[in-house]
Amino acid sequence: MDGLAPWLPLIWAGILLVAVALYVVLDGFDLGVGILFPWAHGESERDLMMNSVAPFWDGNETWLVLGGGGLLVAFPVAFSIIMPALYLPVIVMLLALVFRGVSFEFRWIAKPHHRVWDWTFATGSTAAGFCQGLILGGLLEGVRVESNAFAGGSFDWLTPFTVLTGAGVTTGYALLGATWLIMKTEGSVAERARRQARGLLIAVIAAMGAVSLWTPFVLEHVFARWFTLPNILYLSPIPILVALTALWAWTALARGAEKSPFIASILLFLLGFFGLVVSNYPYVVPPVLTIRQAASAPESQLFMLFGVALVLPLILGYTFVVYRTFRGKVRPGEGYH
Amino acid sequence: MDLDPVLLARLQFAFTIVFHIIFPSFTIGLAAFIATLLVRWRLTGRDHLHRLARFWTRIFAVSFAMGVVSGIVLSYQFGTNWSRFSVVVGNVIGPLLGYEVLTAFFLEATFLGIMLFGWKRVSPNVHTLSAVLVAVGTSLSAFWILAANSWMHTPTGHVVRDGIAYPVDWLAIIFNPSFPYRFSHMFTAAFLTTSLVILAVGARYRMAGRFDPEARTMMRMGLGMVALLAPLQLVIGDLHGLNTLEHQPVKVAAMEAHWDGSKPADLVLFAFPDENAEANRWTLSIPKGASLILTHDPDGKVRGLKDFPPSERPPVLPVFFAFRVMVALGLLMIAIGVIGVVLWYRGRLFDARWFLNPVQHCWPFGFIAILAGWWVTETGRQPWVAHGILRTADAVSPVTAASVLTSLILFVIIYAVVFAVGLYYINRLIVKGPEGPEPERDEGVASRPLAAATEATRHATGAEG
Ligand code: HDD
Ligand code: HEM
Ligand code: HEM
Repeated sequence: MDGLAPWLPLIWAGILLVAVALYVVLDGFDLGVGILFPWAHGESERDLMMNSVAPFWDGNETWLVLGGGGLLVAFPVAFSIIMPALYLPVIVMLLALVFRGVSFEFRWIAKPHHRVWDWTFATGSTAAGFCQGLILGGLLEGVRVESNAFAGGSFDWLTPFTVLTGAGVTTGYALLGATWLIMKTEGSVAERARRQARGLLIAVIAAMGAVSLWTPFVLEHVFARWFTLPNILYLSPIPILVALTALWAWTALARGAEKSPFIASILLFLLGFFGLVVSNYPYVVPPVLTIRQAASAPESQLFMLFGVALVLPLILGYTFVVYRTFRGKVRPGEGYH
Repeated sequence: MDLDPVLLARLQFAFTIVFHIIFPSFTIGLAAFIATLLVRWRLTGRDHLHRLARFWTRIFAVSFAMGVVSGIVLSYQFGTNWSRFSVVVGNVIGPLLGYEVLTAFFLEATFLGIMLFGWKRVSPNVHTLSAVLVAVGTSLSAFWILAANSWMHTPTGHVVRDGIAYPVDWLAIIFNPSFPYRFSHMFTAAFLTTSLVILAVGARYRMAGRFDPEARTMMRMGLGMVALLAPLQLVIGDLHGLNTLEHQPVKVAAMEAHWDGSKPADLVLFAFPDENAEANRWTLSIPKGASLILTHDPDGKVRGLKDFPPSERPPVLPVFFAFRVMVALGLLMIAIGVIGVVLWYRGRLFDARWFLNPVQHCWPFGFIAILAGWWVTETGRQPWVAHGILRTADAVSPVTAASVLTSLILFVIIYAVVFAVGLYYINRLIVKGPEGPEPERDEGVASRPLAAATEATRHATGAEG
């Protein structure tokens, strides 16, 4: 057990990264469906879109709770710096999630006066995605810390760069949403999603490119990570894989494939995520606090690790079962209402 | 204007958690009720049980969604508003919340998908199993969060080094001295709350002469639970109070408005505690009553508020009054249970309009009692947030008062809208009642397009009012 202690912060960083990656991909597609809501025509199309994600959204959002909770468990100091630093985007994100979450139920009961819940579902989803992008950007740019506490102002997070990451994440979610709809629906909804997915793919690649160029030139530690020998050799596969995946997504869209666009979009997200992690390792709060400095007591990390090792496989198992239960295309009128 | 960030953060936490707890109070019991209905339906095959289960599932879905979204807000608030709290007790509280996420939240959120949308996709037995798992999830969730909360009241199993709490013995942390009482008291409270709602809705339908077999089932199940749990709650509450006397005597002194510890304590039925004068006004009390309850000896001594310096005392007024609200409602629930059972025994329960009429309005009692109870517990803990470890005033984040105020205003506005609308919709579902199409099961994903679509729309739009 004592041999494990030095590794705990690293193991926990790994667990958190998996939780955040799963969150981004899973809630990404259902937020994305909400982001695309305004472009749908008429009630029945929107019913279909919503039903395609309704059984999953709650489970998906739980990964966000695990991400936040995990940060508190494993790196309480980081949690106590990041949350106050990004106070307003976090609060607005939570409120946006409140609105879109209740829309799932309210919209059905409100019929035929459900228009307002169409609107809250779309704005809530978009605002939540955008705020998550702001949070990401704010973290990447760094936070002012003095004696282990946040020491900056209320609007430090608002910069052109964070607006770029906000837009980037929103577009990325929309891409996941569109490719999800291609896979899960048919008819007019799927066709529109296919058209949208192409434009979104281009936008996402542009945003990823912009962020990749921006960060190394603004942030020294990122520059040092990527553009020195021999790192540049080890890391060059990442951009190449991104290009290949984008190409795959594009051709899959063009040839009318139903599942591969979604898988390719997930892969794009994961590669981008991996790139960001590589840039910032070993910081939890770049560039001031490393995972070791922020770690909670080994007793706490170990106790929780026990639970994760025991329960996480179970969770992944039954999550898989539920996705399988709802496999295939959604049909009009499916729901319990 | 000088705004106090501590006060604002407390207001915000109190507001958001009061909003949140309303939904768990209802969904914990309701999940179990629906699971019971489905199990009974599987065993007896009686249709109206299935109809009832589907009816309450619709209401459950709305409440659960509101519970989930408001809960996510809370878990982040530990960081946004109480970041010092996260640093000082994060080593202990963090894993408890983490276990709640892993063992409870994922279970309930994932199987909720099947419970709500799986009627047609899985077999009735698997569907029933999902409902049972959701109910297990909600109960586990209560277990962990109450372990966390109880530890903040009666911390054990830790050491404090450099002002930061470190875990030593996890079992001692989880099963801390007040946990068994707090958990059973809250768990019973949640079931009582749901039972009262179900009883009230049943009585409402009986009064209107609608949905006959369903109304009777609801009244029988609701009343049975109330008759059983309300007296039990009195016993648990009494034990809980004795436990608190041992660990947080100043809280009990505030609950009883007992100032002078050198004399036996009276049981104060009504009074207006005056914190400046350190005495009660307009007192109506039973001499030595509280001593009898708390020490089982009319001349027993109980420490009074004056035995503690003012800086260690909680605000007396809210603790005192909230406690009386809770106990009064508890006694009222016992009365409802007793009268109802007597009527039931005589075979007059379903037609005694003088009983049905008030009972149909008793649905808020559980919610109010729960809020009052939490008010006692949490305010009575002040000025500590983690007893003896961290003071509330030292727990806040370095965030400007303006940010906290802005977010507080946003919370109040948005929650008010969401709550009002949610309540309105739930009432609408209740007015519509347990009717609607029997869900046909179709294997796998075969299409059943138009019939289902029109059916769903007709059902969603039909018969409101
Ligand atoms: C006694 C029970 C109880 C208490 C005291 C609390 N909760 Fe709660 N919470 C529940 C019982 C519950 C519940 C029954 O499990 C949920 C699920 C849906 C609902 O209505 O309540 C819930 C939902 C819920 C969720 C959403 C879970 C999901 O994604 O499915 C979160 C993140 C929290 N809660 C967090 C908290 C925090 C941080 C609390 C205290 C500060 C808290 N809850 C008090
Ligand atoms: C679920 C029912 C609960 C209700 C209704 C409730 C209610 C309240 C109220 C009214 C306050 C403000 C007290 C005051 O400032 O005078 C408060 C404070 C607080 N409670 Fe609770 N509480 C509940 C459960 C919990 C749980 C489960 C936890 C932690 C795991 C918790 C942690 C806190 C914290 C951190 C504060 C802020 C500091 C403070 O003001 O004491 N509460 N709560
Ligand atoms: C009938 C007599 C009752 C008695 C004697 C009683 C006693 C108590 C006591 C002493 C506390 C404070 C514990 C502490 O913080 O140390 C408490 C808290 C509480 N009560 Fe009651 N109670 C009664 C009825 C009820 C009822 C009917 C409900 C709800 C349906 C309820 C719900 C609560 C809740 C939610 C709390 C806060 C959580 C906790 O500390 O357990 N109580 N009760």
